[in-house]
Amino acid sequence: MKTVIIKYNAGNIRSVLFALDRLGVEGVVTDDPEEIRGADKVIFPGVGEASTAMRYLKERKLDQLITSLEQPVLGICLGMQLMCKYSEENDTPCMGIFDVDVKKFTSPVDNLLKIPQIGWNNITGLYSTMFEHVPENSYMYFVHSYYVALGADTVATTNYVINYSAALQKDNFYAVQFHPEKSATEGAKILENFLKL
Amino acid sequence: MLTKRIIPCLDIKDGRTVKGVNFENIRDAGDPIELGAFYAEQGADELVFLDITATNERRKTLSELVTRIARNVNIPFTVGGGISSVDDVSVLLNSGADKISVNTSAFKRPELVDELSREFGSQCVVLAIDTRFENGDWYVYLNGGRVKTEIRAYDWAKEAVNRGAGEILLTSMNNDGTKQGFALDITALLSQNLNVPVIASGGAGTMAHFKDVFEIAQADAALAATIFHYKEIEIQALKTYLYQDGVNIRF
Repeated sequence: MKTVIIKYNAGNIRSVLFALDRLGVEGVVTDDPEEIRGADKVIFPGVGEASTAMRYLKERKLDQLITSLEQPVLGICLGMQLMCKYSEENDTPCMGIFDVDVKKFTSPVDNLLKIPQIGWNNITGLYSTMFEHVPENSYMYFVHSYYVALGADTVATTNYVINYSAALQKDNFYAVQFHPEKSATEGAKILENFLKL
Repeated sequence: MLTKRIIPCLDIKDGRTVKGVNFENIRDAGDPIELGAFYAEQGADELVFLDITATNERRKTLSELVTRIARNVNIPFTVGGGISSVDDVSVLLNSGADKISVNTSAFKRPELVDELSREFGSQCVVLAIDTRFENGDWYVYLNGGRVKTEIRAYDWAKEAVNRGAGEILLTSMNNDGTKQGFALDITALLSQNLNVPVIASGGAGTMAHFKDVFEIAQADAALAATIFHYKEIEIQALKTYLYQDGVNIRF
């Protein structure tokens, strides 16, 4: 089995590689279209800013490539947001794999909402094969300032001021807002489930 | 709901943990990786590694250590100590650190905070402040608490947040080592007036101290070293206590 991690200008690739390594899987980091297309599993990670990342992907036509993939694809954090339709972060049109928008957290009462959300939050309404043997209300590690609204493809929900999508799934496309690679044993379980798809 | 975080801090010198630790279930308590992985397994929410090595080989040793930690520890961790440039941070993040913390270097050249948050994002920039209460206010101290400044901790924290710091790690020198509890007033002042998470540090002695800093001072996270290293409080027991007392905790 070949697992590739898409290489682009939005980091945290090292952590994903190490997490795969702990599961006994060697990930290949690449931006080569043929190598990505030929992989059994594709992971699309990301920490960074949406417009810069989208521009980079478009310049290399990686956005079209990702959209056209037929094997299981897992977007993580910014990766998940870029797979949505549109992000409020610098007014960025994204790939549109998931028909839902990405919005900025705003406080309903004052300006003191802590942004980004940093830390462990629970996920509920788990409805995807990637959550097999992952209990309801498991805690995952989140770091983000923008969130994906609830939609038809939502397969896990989290609350930070409002309820939003902690995970999405549509056909072969899977995505999580949290960092499974940093979310202790439950996070590792999700990666393991994805690798077994 | 977002939970309060418990963060053990490990002091590192020449790639080894400094404070003596006596865990019978750990082979080598001087090994930061073994100790870090142990804490992760016990339910620690994050780890902080503070490098106090002063030698020239520091940078290389540290980046190798960070890679080993990232490979073996499955929770987020912050690395601090002697970081003063974008290059320093780039090396550590590329080695696998999730966040870095800056202290004296950022105070001396506040633009560093802007540079780091622009380059890597606020989420990985932790501003550490050592503070002491005297003459009616909390002042910033530098160089591991040896050098006093005339700047108030709150003012510096506020400026750093405006420049892009994503979290504040606040250590009260008055409380540190006393085991009499965290500095609730200054922690509350920062936590209630800044829109970034505040990690309280210094003074933890009992489980109730953690409850107080979360509930009274509204800290987002609490950091401690000695009480965990010497097993005076075990993380699992602490989290059970907090959970049963209604504190929102990962459990």
